[in-house]
Amino acid sequence: MAGLKTAKSVSMRNQEPAERKKNFEEVALGYSEEEALTESKRCVHFAPKLLDDGRTILCCPERPCTKGCPVGVDIPDFIKAVRDGEMQKAVDILKAKNSLPGVCGRVCPQESQCQAECVVKDAGDPVEIGRLERYVADWELGQRKKSPLKDLKITPTGKKVAVVGSGPAGLTVAGDLAKNGHKVVMYEALHVAGGVLMYGIPEFRLPKDVVMSEVEYVRSLGVEIKLDHVVGKIITADELLESGYDAVFLGPGAGAPMFLNIEGENLNGIFSANEFLTRVNLMKSYLFPDYDTPVQKSRVVAVIGAGNVAMDATRCALRIGAEQVHIIYRRSMEEVPARHEEVEHALEEGVVFNILTNPIKFIGDEKGNVTEMICQKMELGEPDQSGRRRPFPIKDSEFSIKIDAAIIALGTYPNPVIPETTSELELTRWGTIKTDENTGRTSRKGIWCGGDMATGAATVISAMGAGKRAAKDMDEYLKNN
Amino acid sequence: MNKILKKEILTDKIHMFEVEAPQMAKKARAGQFIILKISDKAERIPLTIADYDRERGTITIVFMEVGKSSTELATLNEGDYIECFAGPLGKPTEDENYGTVICVGGGFAIAPIHAIAKAMKQAGNKVITIIGARTKHLLFWEDKIRAVSDEVTIVTDDGSYGRKALVTEPLKELLTERSDVKLVVAVGPVMMMKFCSLTTKPFDIKTMVSLNPIMIDGTGMCGCCRVSVGGRTRFACVDGPDFDGHEVDWDVLQLRQTAYIKEEKTSMDRYMSEVNKDGSRGDI
Repeated sequence: MAGLKTAKSVSMRNQEPAERKKNFEEVALGYSEEEALTESKRCVHFAPKLLDDGRTILCCPERPCTKGCPVGVDIPDFIKAVRDGEMQKAVDILKAKNSLPGVCGRVCPQESQCQAECVVKDAGDPVEIGRLERYVADWELGQRKKSPLKDLKITPTGKKVAVVGSGPAGLTVAGDLAKNGHKVVMYEALHVAGGVLMYGIPEFRLPKDVVMSEVEYVRSLGVEIKLDHVVGKIITADELLESGYDAVFLGPGAGAPMFLNIEGENLNGIFSANEFLTRVNLMKSYLFPDYDTPVQKSRVVAVIGAGNVAMDATRCALRIGAEQVHIIYRRSMEEVPARHEEVEHALEEGVVFNILTNPIKFIGDEKGNVTEMICQKMELGEPDQSGRRRPFPIKDSEFSIKIDAAIIALGTYPNPVIPETTSELELTRWGTIKTDENTGRTSRKGIWCGGDMATGAATVISAMGAGKRAAKDMDEYLKNN
Repeated sequence: MNKILKKEILTDKIHMFEVEAPQMAKKARAGQFIILKISDKAERIPLTIADYDRERGTITIVFMEVGKSSTELATLNEGDYIECFAGPLGKPTEDENYGTVICVGGGFAIAPIHAIAKAMKQAGNKVITIIGARTKHLLFWEDKIRAVSDEVTIVTDDGSYGRKALVTEPLKELLTERSDVKLVVAVGPVMMMKFCSLTTKPFDIKTMVSLNPIMIDGTGMCGCCRVSVGGRTRFACVDGPDFDGHEVDWDVLQLRQTAYIKEEKTSMDRYMSEVNKDGSRGDI
């Protein structure tokens, strides 16, 4: 293929596993200018291809990457700007569609989205779009340190929107609507904005100053953020509409953690992943006693589940000093839902995967601390509704693992506070808010929803995609009402 | 940022803040709690609402200096701002007209029982309140309690004021003497709530308790505050904090409250050594 110079992408430097598992510094170190330039040249979108009849066409006219991006970033254009050394232009292209490029460049599952259909992939590695995105976002943050953001002047429409939750969905909606001139007020339950980006994803994958910078950007668009406001408690969605907001977007996030519901689960030393990660990330307990919130330091930790959240929990546990960290997962490696890269990183850092293993009971000492976990071996049968092979316990296969902490990372179910306090809001049978996938509309006029509250637990970028679609529909609604 | 409009030292190590929070005051109800955080590095501290004033737009909280966070909180003064102040959280106490209700408050929980007694009184109940403390000088708000109760019994462990008894003794006598009691609400240390529940059980009188497990976010997200009630795991922050005392697994609650004793001591020791070095609070 013309224009394709190398089959291998430029790899990104990482902190060495032996070193990084002792600190909370970012694992992936990002591209240098030279590396970014080299990688940007691998994109063939604008490369001409000479046809047999003498005509030239673009090598990659279809832009499969942009189609694979939930927020539709004009990927070939920003990569070209990098290649041309026009960094501010690259920033503007990214930010036109994505208010949080520093976040997405780090945590998006690019391998299953933009990079999945990259034409360069046919001849080797796809273009490392995520790494380039991160490079551009980090360049912009560097610029901002030199000259801080100025509040943008946008002609106001006179319409007012309340956004509930300041996670990825809420920030996207707020950013997009503010750019269109609507007055946006965000309501955040916690003491900082950012939602899961602050309490869930660890510092070593997503530095909190990157998140804060993205929040500052949204704020610079004129968005007001009310912290410590639990919607459903201090004010309800109904009251927001009655008090003069023209529209409300609900993006309160994943909600309540699921437990195994097995014996001994309330022993000390057993946490939900949400609790463990909130202590470590949001409350910075890895810096205890400099920070006041503690987290239990454990020697042998079992993390139940094998999604991205489970991987984050294992790696946090190592960093606060655990000697052994085990993943306990009832299916096989093939069904592990976490991103490949996360699994690789965990393995490199020494996390032990106990697959086809299911916990059935926890045992504790007289002080109420967990000391032991009884598990059973599993085998896989026919595929279940999720398409994955259903695990079955093997008879008489029980065995015990000595542990001093267990972290349950099985997912979440919707927090009932907003559904219980909002009238005329239809719910699904899973307790999520019934939402039109394309527009984010709920059953209630004037209320939209997106993110985990609409779909159940999913990714940052899918929440942003939902926010994007909702913002578009809300903008039209606001213009016509 | 919420301003402390009024501070009072109620008794040894027990403090009262009246905090400016107009929007919250409109919504607050007895039995609910707030979460506050006083600085970047501080913990999120849950405190039950002791009173509220919708006209003045204030929320009253009462707390006791126990560990580092509460000791540091006590250094704030009138006019200072509390960095984060979220609420009202949790479900309110069900303040219907039951007929006759006994409210029991022990230790610094005399404050939240005041809010509950007041709500019960406003709902039309005959309110009998029992308050107790270890000794006389740890009692406070007797006048406020009397103002919202039809009958009040005061007990101290050492007999230095009121009757020398535990709160469970007058509780048991009242239940023996009267047949019109429809509900008992007990708020205080775990042991007190447990023994109040054990006391009322033979009389088959519904008993609500306000549980105070360790919490972090307080909005239903982390599950740290899970308690076992009627064999089911519930979250005190969103399903409670009020639960049926006859259904609570007290042993689980008690053990879970001790999870961080070692760290609490580390934190407190460090704080005190800093304070002493600094000299700013050499009096404690």
